[in-house]
Amino acid sequence: MTSLIINALLLAGYYAVLATGLAFMYSVMNIINLAHGALIVLAGYGLYVLGNDLNLPFPVAIAIMMAAMFLLGVVLHRAVLARAYGGGELLPLLATFGISIVLDNLMFQTFGADNISLAPLVGDLSWASFELPGAIFVGKISVYILATAIVVIGLVELLLRRTALGHRIQATSQDRATAALLGIDTGRTAAIATGIALATGVVAAAALGLRSAWGPYGGSAILLFAFEAVVIGGTGSLWRVLAGAIVLAFAQSLGALVHPQGFLIGGHLAFLVAVFVRLRGGRFSLARLFGKEARA
Amino acid sequence: MSFGEFAVLRDISLSVGAGEIVGVLGPNGAGKTTYMNILTGALRPTTGTVHLLGEDVTKLDTAQRCHRGLAQTHQVPKPFSGMTVFENVLVAVNHGRGVPAHDPISVAWTVLEVTGLAHVANRPAETLGLLDRKRLELSRALGTDPKVLLLDEIGGGLTDAEGDALVGLIRTIHASGVTIVWVEHIMRLLLEGCSRLVCMAEGKVLADGDPHTVVNSQQVQVAYFGASA
Repeated sequence: MTSLIINALLLAGYYAVLATGLAFMYSVMNIINLAHGALIVLAGYGLYVLGNDLNLPFPVAIAIMMAAMFLLGVVLHRAVLARAYGGGELLPLLATFGISIVLDNLMFQTFGADNISLAPLVGDLSWASFELPGAIFVGKISVYILATAIVVIGLVELLLRRTALGHRIQATSQDRATAALLGIDTGRTAAIATGIALATGVVAAAALGLRSAWGPYGGSAILLFAFEAVVIGGTGSLWRVLAGAIVLAFAQSLGALVHPQGFLIGGHLAFLVAVFVRLRGGRFSLARLFGKEARA
Repeated sequence: MSFGEFAVLRDISLSVGAGEIVGVLGPNGAGKTTYMNILTGALRPTTGTVHLLGEDVTKLDTAQRCHRGLAQTHQVPKPFSGMTVFENVLVAVNHGRGVPAHDPISVAWTVLEVTGLAHVANRPAETLGLLDRKRLELSRALGTDPKVLLLDEIGGGLTDAEGDALVGLIRTIHASGVTIVWVEHIMRLLLEGCSRLVCMAEGKVLADGDPHTVVNSQQVQVAYFGASA
């Protein structure tokens, strides 16, 4: 039982890492980025090329990919999202959906259908474990991922609440017209925010590649888990994403306890319950979930 | 300025001298808000130009005009929620100035002392009452170090006493050397606060001059109060 709780908590750290960029994009830009999963997979291939083909140390590969994904985010915003903004709620959805399809197939064409893992890049770390009292073993990598999730969410929250850039991002996300009146270049700010969201995706890609393996079409599964964690937790603060990830991971673990194939079903049930509770309105309503007034 | 076939403003030409405080009056639909949106850059005029401090700013966007010394307050105050009153002003100080402030924090404090919000500086902005929200609008505008300040119906929804307090604050701001253009429904406030009054109706300037002369002119009486000619 103890090991089930610990493992669910560690799994939650992984889901939180996957979901952070998605939640950040939504709360800051009002864009549900359907290419979120595909972009994480893309970052994963980037890490693989840098670490495996170019033999760069793993932390260096992560740093380079974060810079690269930040730039890609700026370009993505300038080229696509900024044009889709203001064209209704469907347009950004369709645009990012299209991007995900293009990315999926480009990656299939470039890297083939093989599943790839980053585990060989970090030596024995991928299977090393801590031994807890009571002969409970927990994988080191999972512990590091949970710790990283907390650090990443903490840093992004700190950036948003405490820095001039964060205040600028908040102002832009709440009210572009007013932000512009106060001298904020809202297009540039939104582009930077997109870059930050994509840069956090590199951490997600590292977690994905170290825990397991992925293929060129792996994005949709990532998107699903991230989306479930965000909807269960809500997006008012990124800490709620961590809470949502914990609920999701526990529901999946309980599902697996009931039936060996109940893992996914358990998570989906928790997601559906969250949606129904929110649809009923009140304290947990959809409007509250997204931290803003409901739109008709 | 036209929206499709519909011309909202035509042949409006209004120049405001440095240091003036000009009231703009007009019935609903006169084009006051459209006019103000053209000044800030929220709307591009179909034809015509906007000059700020002698420079043609027609092609500049809102943020660029802000950096050159133009600020505006909203009719309905929109503080940034999730931030304190102080942080709201700090956003303006950090981003709205053409020349960056050396010490943004003390500049923001000074602004809050002028506008009388220093005692609530650390409260979440969304907890303020209406008058204080309007003061916060003014504080944020002042944070950008404006040369010209546009006020959009800032007196709406206030009691008489609150309105008087606001006029006092606006006069203080004007006395510090800021040029003010004040669009307002409430004639009493404009008469108390302004040295020049412009009356608009149906997209045109009807009258322009000394406040009491403008208010008493025949055209304005007809347009604004519906008095028979």
